[in-house]
Amino acid sequence: MSSLENGPAMLSNLARPPRPSAISNALTFGWRAVLKFKHVPEQLFDLIMTPLMFTLLFTFVFGGALAGSTSDYLQFFLPGILVQTVVFNSVYSGMGLSTDLSKGLFERFRSLPIWSLSPFAGLMVGDVLRHTIAGLIILTVGLVLGYRPEAGIAGVVASFVLLIAIGFGVGWIFIVLGLLIRTPMTVMTIGFTFIFPLVFASNIMVRPETMPGWLEAFVVRNPVSHMTTALRGLMSGTATGGEVVLALVAPALLTIVLSPLVLWLYRRS
Amino acid sequence: MNDLNPMGTMPAAHDTLPLAISVRGLAKRYGDVTALDGIDLDVPRGMIFGILGPNGAGKTTLIRLLATLARPDSGSATVMGHDVVSDPQAVRGAIALTGQFASLDEDLTGRENLVMLARLWGFSGSLAKARADELLAAFELSDAARKQVKSYSGGMRRRLDIAASLIVTPGVLFLDEPTTGLDPKARQGVWKMIRALAQSGVTILLTTQYLEEADQLAARIAVIDRGRKIAEGTSRELKSAIGSGFLHVALADNGRLDEAEAILERTLGATVQRSAEGAQLSVVAGSTRAANEALAALISAGIELSDFSMGSPSLDEVFLALTGQPMEEETGGEAS
Repeated sequence: MSSLENGPAMLSNLARPPRPSAISNALTFGWRAVLKFKHVPEQLFDLIMTPLMFTLLFTFVFGGALAGSTSDYLQFFLPGILVQTVVFNSVYSGMGLSTDLSKGLFERFRSLPIWSLSPFAGLMVGDVLRHTIAGLIILTVGLVLGYRPEAGIAGVVASFVLLIAIGFGVGWIFIVLGLLIRTPMTVMTIGFTFIFPLVFASNIMVRPETMPGWLEAFVVRNPVSHMTTALRGLMSGTATGGEVVLALVAPALLTIVLSPLVLWLYRRS
Repeated sequence: MNDLNPMGTMPAAHDTLPLAISVRGLAKRYGDVTALDGIDLDVPRGMIFGILGPNGAGKTTLIRLLATLARPDSGSATVMGHDVVSDPQAVRGAIALTGQFASLDEDLTGRENLVMLARLWGFSGSLAKARADELLAAFELSDAARKQVKSYSGGMRRRLDIAASLIVTPGVLFLDEPTTGLDPKARQGVWKMIRALAQSGVTILLTTQYLEEADQLAARIAVIDRGRKIAEGTSRELKSAIGSGFLHVALADNGRLDEAEAILERTLGATVQRSAEGAQLSVVAGSTRAANEALAALISAGIELSDFSMGSPSLDEVFLALTGQPMEEETGGEAS
């Protein structure tokens, strides 16, 4: 333990650096999010397993019955499964936040002279990465199975931008839960209690016209349906500005309402 | 409250600099629970200052308020001259906090944890790595630098956690129960680290529920209980405030402790306390004559003594005298 007794070795000879910018702080947290992918590659498995199973199951088991042929159904279903993937995977930043809080890591971050919101910027970098990676894998599987986005590369790029915006908006729900709940699994369970009905009672898997009237009335107003409609439009090149705006209403509202709440929860003590 | 050593007796050199920590009437409630109930504290620069108290006394709340993690309900506090409420960002620039539980990213390696914090402090990429490697070497973690923290032992985590607080040299280092849960060897290592840091001029405020730890490390000790400071002074002052008529006895053969305890209780008519390690007996003797008689009784019973002394009570006894209750001991507690 000889060097432990040597105080000056522990202390820095380097000059104290000037206080870094908010962007520098945010980038550092983004770097942390990237490292998490490197060290916990298993999380990719979690990210894509459910959507992959859904894609294969619905296309090959139900596709023929639902749309006449599996290839027609895939063409209908794939944009929807991308929306479902992003909405479900938004849970991870909330769970990560809950873990950081329960481990006391946020106490250290909050005791540092940094931009106080930079840890959230890191969560968002992680989200964008997650949504992009999972989306690309699902899209690749779709392409292999015969899915063809009529709008080509431009449509795919526009779709991914919309997906990331959707993930950003929905992510606030889980960030609020992550700040309130100290067990990551509970964040997931409670979050999914709200998310599941929204995802399944939507137009992701079947056309609302086939549903009973009361359900159809809900489904056509469900924000997840608006997101799916816009994404189908972007992929096929038929999207209208109105459809895209409708898809963005819910994410925008969630951001406007929940981001101040997140700030308040983060700063209260 | 017994303020046993008023500030006026501080060495003159400290008068020219503001105090490292100055606290006046600090109070904090959580719902119905009063965590801190009006605390005053002055910590000069470069000192190891101990906050001693049982679980739930308010030690962690005090550190959270001083480290700007929570806002006080009333009262005021400055750290290195900066007000914790009106200028928290300046306080954060002057402090480092090592909390009760290792606040590290378990998924990242030890080195990545330090590089991340060095970047947050503003070091550029290569300097951040250099500082991380320097700290890893100083804390004997170089071999584990590229392993994920989740594979670290308790002692390694604690070392990394303290290293993470020394990216830049803090004015005040807060250590909240730095050795709770560590084995005796790891605890000794942390103690050495803390002493070395204090010698380099870092002011250290440490909380502990281990009396021995406060006694070993802290130049001054504040004893707190239920959110209030009930005494403050040096270890010696606290002990002398309680009285010094204690007889301490150590036996050559610890197999005869029970027998010796019975003899001491009979001859002195007072309850005998065993030290935490169980190797020493302490009892109020009243007078040197009574102590002599008790020692004679032990010797005539054939019990050989390896050591005996008349002296101060232990901090355990101090706490008992100040609060009327024994200190709470945690399992796996005292180690020497």
